[in-house]
Parts: sequence; structure tokens; C-alpha cells
Amino acid sequence: MPIKSYLAHPEEGQKKALMEALSKIDHCDVIPAENKDLLIVVTDTDNKTDDEKVKESIEAIESLKLLAMVSGFNTPKNK
Amino acid sequence: MQNSLTSRRNFLKKMAAAAAMTAAASMFPGIIFASEQDANLPKGANLDWKKGPCRFCGVGCGILVGVDKGKAVAVKGDPNCSVNKGLLCVKGYHQIMCTQAKDRLTHALVKKNGRYVQTPINEALDIVANKMKETIEKHGKDSVAMYTSGQSTIPEGYVASKLMKGAIGTNNLDCNARLCMASAVAGFLTTFGADEPMGCYEDIEHADYFITWGNNMAEMHPVLFSRMLEQKNRRGAKIIDFATRTTRSSTASNKSILFEPQTDLAVANAICYEIINNGWVNKSFVENHVNFSKGLTNMGYGLEDKFKFSDKPTKIDFESYKKFLEDYTPEKVAKYSKVSVKDIKYLAAIYGDPNKKVVSYWCMGMNQHTRGTWINNLVYNIHLLTGKISQPGNGPFSLTGQPSACGTAREVGTFTHKLPKGVVTNEKHRRLAAKIWNVPYERIPSKPTYHATEMFRAVDRGDIKFIWTQVTNPLVSLPKTSRYRPGMEKESCFVVVSDVFPTPTSDVADVILPASWHIEKSGLYGNSERRTQHWNQMVEGPGETTPDAWMTIEVARRMGYGDLFPYSEENHVEEIYKEYTQFHEGAKHGMAPLEVLKKESGAIWPYVNGKSTQWRFNAKYDPACDNGKDFHFYGKPDGKAVIWQRPYEPAPEVPDAEYPFWLNTGRVIEHWHTGSMTRRIPVLHKAVPEAYVEFHPDDAKRLGIRNGENIKVSSRRGSCILPASINQRGLPTKGQVFVPFFDENMLINDVTLDAFCPISKEPDYKKCAVKVEKA
Repeated sequence: MPIKSYLAHPEEGQKKALMEALSKIDHCDVIPAENKDLLIVVTDTDNKTDDEKVKESIEAIESLKLLAMVSGFNTPKNK
Repeated sequence: MQNSLTSRRNFLKKMAAAAAMTAAASMFPGIIFASEQDANLPKGANLDWKKGPCRFCGVGCGILVGVDKGKAVAVKGDPNCSVNKGLLCVKGYHQIMCTQAKDRLTHALVKKNGRYVQTPINEALDIVANKMKETIEKHGKDSVAMYTSGQSTIPEGYVASKLMKGAIGTNNLDCNARLCMASAVAGFLTTFGADEPMGCYEDIEHADYFITWGNNMAEMHPVLFSRMLEQKNRRGAKIIDFATRTTRSSTASNKSILFEPQTDLAVANAICYEIINNGWVNKSFVENHVNFSKGLTNMGYGLEDKFKFSDKPTKIDFESYKKFLEDYTPEKVAKYSKVSVKDIKYLAAIYGDPNKKVVSYWCMGMNQHTRGTWINNLVYNIHLLTGKISQPGNGPFSLTGQPSACGTAREVGTFTHKLPKGVVTNEKHRRLAAKIWNVPYERIPSKPTYHATEMFRAVDRGDIKFIWTQVTNPLVSLPKTSRYRPGMEKESCFVVVSDVFPTPTSDVADVILPASWHIEKSGLYGNSERRTQHWNQMVEGPGETTPDAWMTIEVARRMGYGDLFPYSEENHVEEIYKEYTQFHEGAKHGMAPLEVLKKESGAIWPYVNGKSTQWRFNAKYDPACDNGKDFHFYGKPDGKAVIWQRPYEPAPEVPDAEYPFWLNTGRVIEHWHTGSMTRRIPVLHKAVPEAYVEFHPDDAKRLGIRNGENIKVSSRRGSCILPASINQRGLPTKGQVFVPFFDENMLINDVTLDAFCPISKEPDYKKCAVKVEKA
């Protein structure tokens, strides 16, 4: 039951469009920064497959420039 | 069950969001998610926001803790605190969660017939006092010891010092700041005759260049680093990372320069060579404010028990110093430092440019060094030669790792050689302490006894028969724990451990005392920029948890020293602080009155005429300067700082055919030191659940090591098995491995070497030789 958080960087001038597109994706909460072009995305899915599908949906959004995972990012995957 | 699962998932989502906010804050300083922070607060909560400093690192961020119905439920950065201006790091946001850990120590535990038995706190304190008294009667006052912390509050450190030095009359008091800050102290004292940085965090707003010496600030001092990044983005300030490993700081900097371990000594000298050779010396500053000295060389490394060393300074002149530096031309140094001639000249040109302001930052990389005092001296040399010191945006700045390494360990003086003002070897300082403490002057011994490493050696040898540790976890944090753990397990020593959570150190205790956590007591800390910070108790602690200061006072009274500890339980923090500030009266170290500290987010000492002194030794800002010149290094009798001639000397143990890798140890942003608090904070523990060993990808490939594969890291002292980490968080240079030390299940300090700087007695955790093999 993965819960992940990401920093979503919009294409220039596309913050609002990105916000709207992200809001339409299930299992996905969005928190916009008030004063910078950046959004926080938190995903909450039931299994790994759904988690990957959500991530694919996010990455397919045209107004998204870069998606960087935070929660658990760079953590050694040792298990 | 469903409710509990839902609430756990909601909690985890909030934590994931908070982690992302913190990451965003380090990339975009000043970023605001204010509405979401408020949205996360408990619905219908009527929060009372209480101010204090953060519990973790030495930056000293101001926090606001939201308290609802007697419980701490939220933390946010204090926007009115000039240190962090509302920002916090991932540890800061989540700090209060550790107090909810299920295995919290809530009652005293006394070992009886091999089992821990819950015991009323008063009974446990009786046992501690009786045992301490009995040990002194039987074996003498130097058979008992206390080992405290840079996380102890100022009152906690003060009463520990008063009990050991003033009441009992032994200098057997040292603290874990010996492991992280002692080289900075020795560096400041030898160069300036006065401890602690001369500048303040406001330097960040003025500097053109930040040069970080072996200092991964993005992870260890993230809020300060984000302030630096803001200056980089806003006005083009530049960050140069000079290190032995590529880290998050390196990638966020303008330039990363890597050097071979230990050769920072040579590179610093090469920078000075270049400054002189190119005519970049600030001649009038040097003539007016600087002396030149050299000390002994080939000092040894402290590997033997009862190792002794005293430096013998000799004055030299500028010409001799210049001649000495001829061994450190960029061309010569490049050969063994692996820093190119071009990069050495680049660094020298930054320092040498009279129109550029430069701040040098460092922390463990320079301090945990068998020549730690020397490398501190050498960086001061650079700033003194160029006159870039004690001015806004110009200065050397050693950062601390613990929230009160400065306020308690250094200023109160919980080291064997220290007193609240000055040192035990100085009669005047002993007389002042005796007067304020109201004890016979003869009771305070004039000779230091055991520094941290030697203290635990003495436990192992059986010389110390009673030890009380407070707010620290030495059996994870000491070097070469493979010796000191069995030492502490010996029946020859009675061990008392005061802590908030069980640790590998409490595992060997005869008595475990349940300590109050940070916000469950009132206290004062002192941060890296000489800022003293006060907070009031915010919530009640569970069970019979008790502030460490009060436990020390109770033991002192039971030992018959009640007249020296006349404080009240309700108000002891204020009473102790008022007594303590008498030690520092005057323009050089005056401390802010409590009334000011209660109102503001701290004040910087010297606090003179109602004002913090931001830049010491500069007559424009520092009222203590009275030599009629623009600068006055008043810690030295003649008012002049010292440029030290210090050579490069190799590390005591270097990689060879049998042990071919350097081992470097350190920290990660998610965990605080030995992990006893942060591993009990779910979001932090989940982010980095265990330690690992980082490899350079070429070394991993050559050895056929895959990511996650278990690897045995061995030295001549011990071994540790950890999963391999390749191309993940940090990137060691070829021939080096890196291991974080936060994980008590993977004790890398079983492997490290207990060599130390002979002047500061601080161990070197950054360099020893190891071999690696698949486990």
C-alpha cells in the first residue's frame, strides 16, 4: 500500500494547468506552493501496480516539466 | 481496526507531504505552503503555540510547538526567529513524534539479578547517590565520572560541572562534544585565545563566496544551506564545496572540488603560499593584528592508553613562515592531494581577491581529524593573511553539530579541562568558580583528568568504577566501540544511564533514569552563532520522567551537598541561569538576561547594553575592543591573533594491501546522530530504515558488488555487515567507502579507529583503513 510524495515542476506558465490535470487523477493529492512554480503531489494506492499506473498518468501530463520523488527518494533499496 | 488503519494512512500521507515540503524548502528558500500546514492541524484544535529552539542540530532554528489539551500536536518554524525565518528541515518538523514511541523510558529501571526492575525514581536516585558516595569512599574521588552532552541544556551542564568539580572535587567530567567540537575549540583558543566563531549567520546575506570545508551542509545544516542557496539564486553568491565525497551539497554548489583524505592540511597551506606569492596579503592587517608561531610536529595520534602531549609554541617571523610554505606550492601539493593546480589556484584567488567577501564553513570534516586543531588553525591563517575576518560576510565559521555544543559544552564548560569561565589549570579561574559556587578553592583540582576517549579507556582498565551518562549514547557514538562496549559491561564499573529511550548504552546500565525530553522541561541552549535560546516547559512528560538537571541536584543533595544546590524544583532553570551568568559578566562574554530570552528568539553574546554583538573583535561592532585600533583580538594578551605554521602529516592508518579502502563515516539528513530519537519517528525511519555502505561505482563493478548486497566492512578492530549502496545518496571517491553511523543494528564504530588530535583530543571518524567482502 504505497504512499509517496513528489515535487512536480510545471512547464513555464503552466502551473494552473498542471494543478488541474493532477487533481483529476485518482489516488493523488496536490498541494501547490503559494509563491513558487512548484506543486507537491502525494499518491496513495493499494498496491505496487496501481502505484506505477498513477505515476505513469502523472508523467503523461503535458504541462509537467519534471517529477521528483521525495518520500523515500535516494533511499537504499536493500530489501 | 479500520479506523486505526485509516488514521495511520492519513498520518503517513501527512508525513509524506511534510517531507516534500521540506525538500522544496531546501530547493526554493522562502517557499510557502502555509495554507496546507494549517489544513493539517487537528480539526477543532485550539492550539497554543509555544516558542523554543529545535531539539536537533547546532543551527538553532526557532520552532513553534502547537499544544492542544496538554499534548504537543504540531511543529512549525518560527517566522520571527532570525536563524531560520520560518523554515525547518525534515527532522525539525517531525521532532515531537518521538515522544510517543512505545518504548519510551517512563520509570527508573534498576538491574536486580540480571533483570531490570521498575523502581520509584526516588529509590533509584538513592541508589545512584549511595553508589557514587560509596565508590568515592572506597576508591577516591577520581574513581567516579560523568559523561554528558552537547544536547544537555545549559542548567544541566552547569549542575553537572558544579557537582563534579565544585562539590566532589574531581575533573572527571567530559562530554560528547569532545567527539565533534573539541578541535574547533582548540583551534579558536590557539589562534584567538577565545572560543567560538566571531561572526554570525547574517554573514550569509553579505558573502560573495561560501567555501565549505568537508561539510555536507545540505544534509547536516539544511536550513543554513537553504539560506545560502537563496543568496546564490538571488544575487549570484557562489558556493564551493571542498570535500572527500560527492554529496547533495556538492551537487547544489557552483563547484565541487574533491581531495584525498587528510590532505586538506596541505591544500590550506598551498592556498596561503599562493596568497603570499601573488601579493594578496593584507599587509596592514597582518602587521597590526597578527603574530606568527609554530608548534611541535610529529605529535603522535593518541592510540596508546594514557597518551600525553603538550604543544610548545615558538614565535617565528613572517619570512620563516613564507619559507616553510615553499614545501606547499600548488604543483607539489597537487601530486598527493589529488586537487589540481588549477583548483588550488582558483581557491586561493577567491580568498585573495580584496573585493570579494568569503565565509568558510566547516563542521565534522575538519574537526574529526587527527590534526583537527591544525586544520582549524590553517583555515584561520587564510582569513588572517587576507584580513577577511570579523566583518559582515567575511570570516571563518565552525558550525556545531548539537543544539548546545556551544551553549553548554563550551560555554558552561563540561569538559575535563574547563570551568564555566576559563580552565582548571588557571588559578584565577578556579578562584572565581570557588567564589560563585561557595566552595573552598582548594577543592577544584588544577589538572584535567580524562577526555572522552581516555575516560572510556579508564572504564575498560577498571580505573573508573562509577560512570553516569546523560543525554548521550556513547556505545554507538564512540570510536572503536568494539573495545568500549565490553569495557562498559565489566562488573568493575557501576553504570548509570539517564535517557529518554533505551539505547545500546542503557543496555549495559545498572540503573536507567527516565529523562524528560526537550519540551517536557524548561531549558536553555546555545547555538553555533553564540545565540542563547530559552524555552519554557510546554507539556508534561510521561510517568516519572524528570529533567536531568533536577536528577543531578537530587543526587547531589543525597550525597550531602544540599547547601550547594539550593534550587527549587519549580524554578531551578531560572535560578541556575542567574547564578551561571555571573561567570560571564562583562563586555567580552556578557549574557542576555532571562527576561530578554523569554521574549525573543534568543540573543547573541556578548550581550552588552541591551544589544547582541554580531561580529566580535571588530571595533565597529564589538564594545569589548579597547585597543584603539580597528580590530582587537582581546583573547590574546597583546590583542593579536596567531598565524600558525602547521605542516601536513599523514593519517595514522592509511589503506594498504590488506585493508585497501578508506572508511569515512557521517550522517544523513533524516537521522539525528545515533538515531535514538529519529529512528522512533516513523516518517524518518521509513525514509532511511537502515545504514548502508556507499561505494564508488567503479569499485563496486571491479568487486562485482550489486546494490543492496550485504557487504562485510572490516578493519583491524572489528567488522560490520551492511547493504551496499551504489549511485544513490552520496558518491565516495574511488578507494573510499562511506557509512552513516545512526543505526544501532549496524555498529560501524566497531570498525573505526580511536586515534585523536593530540591537542584537542577529538577522535578522527573520517579516516581509517578497511577491507570489504561479500557477506
